[in-house]
Amino acid sequence: MKIKRALKVWQRNFKVYTKLYKSSFALNFFEPLIYLIALGFGLGGYVKEIDGIPYIKFIATGIISTSAIFAAIYECTYGTYVRMVFQKTFDGILATPISLKELTLGEILWGSTKSLIYGFTIILVITFFGLIESYQILFSLPFIFLSGFFFAEVSIIIVTVLPGIDSFNYFYTLIITPMFLFSSVFFPLDDLPKFVKIAAFFNPFYHSVNICRGFALNNFDGIIFEILWLLIGAIIIFPFPYILMKKKIVP
Amino acid sequence: MFIVNSKGLKKYYGTFLAVKGIDFEIKEGECFGFLGPNGAGKTTVMRMIQCFMEPSEGVLEVFGMDTKKYPSKIKEKIGVMPQENNLDPDLSVEENLIVYANYFDIKKKVAKEKGEELLRFVDMLEYKKYKIDKLSGGMKRKLVLARALINGPDLIILDEPTTGLDPQSRHNVWDMLKILKSKGKTSILTTHYMEEADNLCDRVAIMDSGLIIESGKPEELKNKYGGNLEDVYLKLTGKKLEN
Repeated sequence: MKIKRALKVWQRNFKVYTKLYKSSFALNFFEPLIYLIALGFGLGGYVKEIDGIPYIKFIATGIISTSAIFAAIYECTYGTYVRMVFQKTFDGILATPISLKELTLGEILWGSTKSLIYGFTIILVITFFGLIESYQILFSLPFIFLSGFFFAEVSIIIVTVLPGIDSFNYFYTLIITPMFLFSSVFFPLDDLPKFVKIAAFFNPFYHSVNICRGFALNNFDGIIFEILWLLIGAIIIFPFPYILMKKKIVP
Repeated sequence: MFIVNSKGLKKYYGTFLAVKGIDFEIKEGECFGFLGPNGAGKTTVMRMIQCFMEPSEGVLEVFGMDTKKYPSKIKEKIGVMPQENNLDPDLSVEENLIVYANYFDIKKKVAKEKGEELLRFVDMLEYKKYKIDKLSGGMKRKLVLARALINGPDLIILDEPTTGLDPQSRHNVWDMLKILKSKGKTSILTTHYMEEADNLCDRVAIMDSGLIIESGKPEELKNKYGGNLEDVYLKLTGKKLEN
């Protein structure tokens, strides 16, 4: 496998993105912003502080991960599916020296890059609102990429396992939404029953939120563990997108 | 050395045997055709030659290299015109060529020049900036052909190159394929149009249910069995080839 060839797939996706970003940018971008405004300003009127942090700041820092993760998920579910099935882009690419392994890696790297783009944009926005403690938030970018990488892998696995585009909603509703709601974006999990905390340990969304919040609020307790969780997770599941993709498209 | 060499080639889809052990050789500079109805196994053979999938059994060498061992090396020297157009709908005609060239590690500047040359060849230079959905079916097909040539391939794989085209566009594509042939390019073609095979192929292999049931020069087959290639097919299989 050559990384260089995987990057050619990345370049193709980037090229198309730069042509179409106006129509797709809003999708991932406005949703977290609406959460921020509705819950941060709305609910924030009643809930003043969490762990000594103003509620809007608490949410804003969680929204960074949310935006980044959803970007990778949309890209590597809908985006990948459209390229694979509707546009037959993969068929075209696989007729060139690029192998399926390289193609799969290219897709994952592109999904991770989308996370980076959206994560960074949200950082700019909430910095503009004065909700960020220090420039250190910028050091979270590699880990935003890592979160994106993990979720891109998961998304490609899902795309290859589910029967078609109509069943993606099962994935969003039954897996991603609960992960998101119990990721401590909106409320801390500390005072909840033990099983919620145990579930949180297995929730990659939760670890990603903790990382961004740590960097944003200058609180690095336990952050190494969160990073290692995502890193080891990403390494463990790394072979599966390729194996399942091969099963799906090469008879 | 043969460009393609196959011995006892088999392909299973699960338990279904789609290609049942076929032998053939393709020489440099010739246009070799696989004829047969849908489901005969033509596309499966094509997809094995272009290293999209591996044979289940048997030998398949392209440029003397095993398709299982050297897929990327083989693919570097192949141009594929697939049965279904798979152009990038969000990119322009020219961008489609440049992006595709990049997969072969061809630099943008070179790709641009080469792209213009190919667009001139398929008579589409003035459509360079067009988006794909603005092109007619015939033009899309010609663009796919141009794209298949971007890496200067030594072997061109044409999977049903004119299926679905109106007669005029079909003749148009044939003319281009004839020019490529006159330049000494080796090509493999699948078709269920006997006229197409008759027009373009030096040798044909007639396939039915995963087997090659007869092969040779179109003229020889016609002399041997009488009538045109359509009649040859009917005599061999008892079936009519349908469009």
